[in-house]
Amino acid sequence: MKVHAATARQLGLVSCHDCHLLIEKPLSHAHRRCPRCGAHLHPRKPNSLARTWALVCAAILFYIPANVLPMTITSALGTRQADTIISGVIYFMQSGSWEIAMVIFIASVFVPFVKLLILIFLLLSVRFRSAWRPKDRTSLYRLTELVGRWSMVDIYVVTILVALVKLGAIATIEAGPAAVYFAAVVVVTMFAAESFDPRLIWDVIEEDV
Amino acid sequence: MTHPPTPELSHTATDDTRHRQHVAITTEGAVPGRPRVVACPDCDLLNRLPEKHEATLLCVRCGAVLYQHHPNSIDRSLALTVASLVLFLLSNSFPFLAMKSGGFIQETTLLTGIHELWKQELQGLAILVLLTCVLVPLAQMTGLLYILVPLKLGRRPAWHAARIFRLVQEVAPWGMMEVFMMGILVALVKLGHMATIVPGISVFSFGALIFVMAAAFSSLDPPLLWDHLDLRR
Repeated sequence: MKVHAATARQLGLVSCHDCHLLIEKPLSHAHRRCPRCGAHLHPRKPNSLARTWALVCAAILFYIPANVLPMTITSALGTRQADTIISGVIYFMQSGSWEIAMVIFIASVFVPFVKLLILIFLLLSVRFRSAWRPKDRTSLYRLTELVGRWSMVDIYVVTILVALVKLGAIATIEAGPAAVYFAAVVVVTMFAAESFDPRLIWDVIEEDV
Repeated sequence: MTHPPTPELSHTATDDTRHRQHVAITTEGAVPGRPRVVACPDCDLLNRLPEKHEATLLCVRCGAVLYQHHPNSIDRSLALTVASLVLFLLSNSFPFLAMKSGGFIQETTLLTGIHELWKQELQGLAILVLLTCVLVPLAQMTGLLYILVPLKLGRRPAWHAARIFRLVQEVAPWGMMEVFMMGILVALVKLGHMATIVPGISVFSFGALIFVMAAAFSSLDPPLLWDHLDLRR
């Protein structure tokens, strides 16, 4: 397939974020909207790197209490037991529920951690104008957008447990403080992934050639 | 809130860039003999759309999906959206899990679960679950209905339909019903140790809803819809 190897930016065009209409670059950036769908126009996501860095840092801060503080507090027949994410995973491994231990470990510990690592890696690679495997880095970005939402599993499990297990003196489950921090990690990393612009990966390569 | 398109914005790249480049650039509805060009959202490369829209088009540089052909797009997505609204109502009116322990039976629906979080002073979490599992999916479905029904009836697009469609696309990452379904399954196994857990009607309608709604969205043809909803018309 013959393709004219030019980017929209090189031809002075702006592609609308929402409806992908190609528009000639507006003269000033303030209050320019897409004539077709009314979205704000910008050649690249505004302040992409700074916003993503800020959100990544916030997510790292939230990640610590999310893992250290208890996620659920179970009271059964007079005993109270506080479980963090990791202690929950260990409990399931010991009681033989490998699948559940895997699901919770992957969704709650592995995915947020790897997602933050990937975002930091992408930010640094743009910062240092890396030309290393741009296609794979773009795929990595698409991956972070895709898997981030699955970290919410544990929040939903807590919701369901809290709603279901309230048998008075016999057994109750309460949500611990980590639930809030963990939810914040998921939401903030989703915003971070959304504010990163993968086109920056390609921009620095084109500028350096 | 509506800013009228400014004069220099109201025409596309077609006219001016054609003289500079060999590629005539337009994203407007199929004009015979004029190739349509689209910029890759992930790497900004200009890709030429094929004349016949039958294959899936990937960006030649980064591999992003640029275009997918969807036959009968409006009919299919409308039918699936109606089906998912019905399933959504079912899912929210019946309990999804019941727990039997001793003489107690404890049932929970999605909304009572959220209410329970609220009562435990976890308003933030309650709002998050309400948004991601109830309000966002509901907004997506009603938004699609609002856009698709007039198109199906051959009428003019509904008031502000383009803005509504933009909103529907923008909130999409925050609809997390499939993740919630996973949560139900994990909770089922987790509580299986403690008590007898009976999955309710809602679990099944929820399971179906996830697939029907995914199908409704994947049978959408955004470029076609944008042509119809164009604010300039």
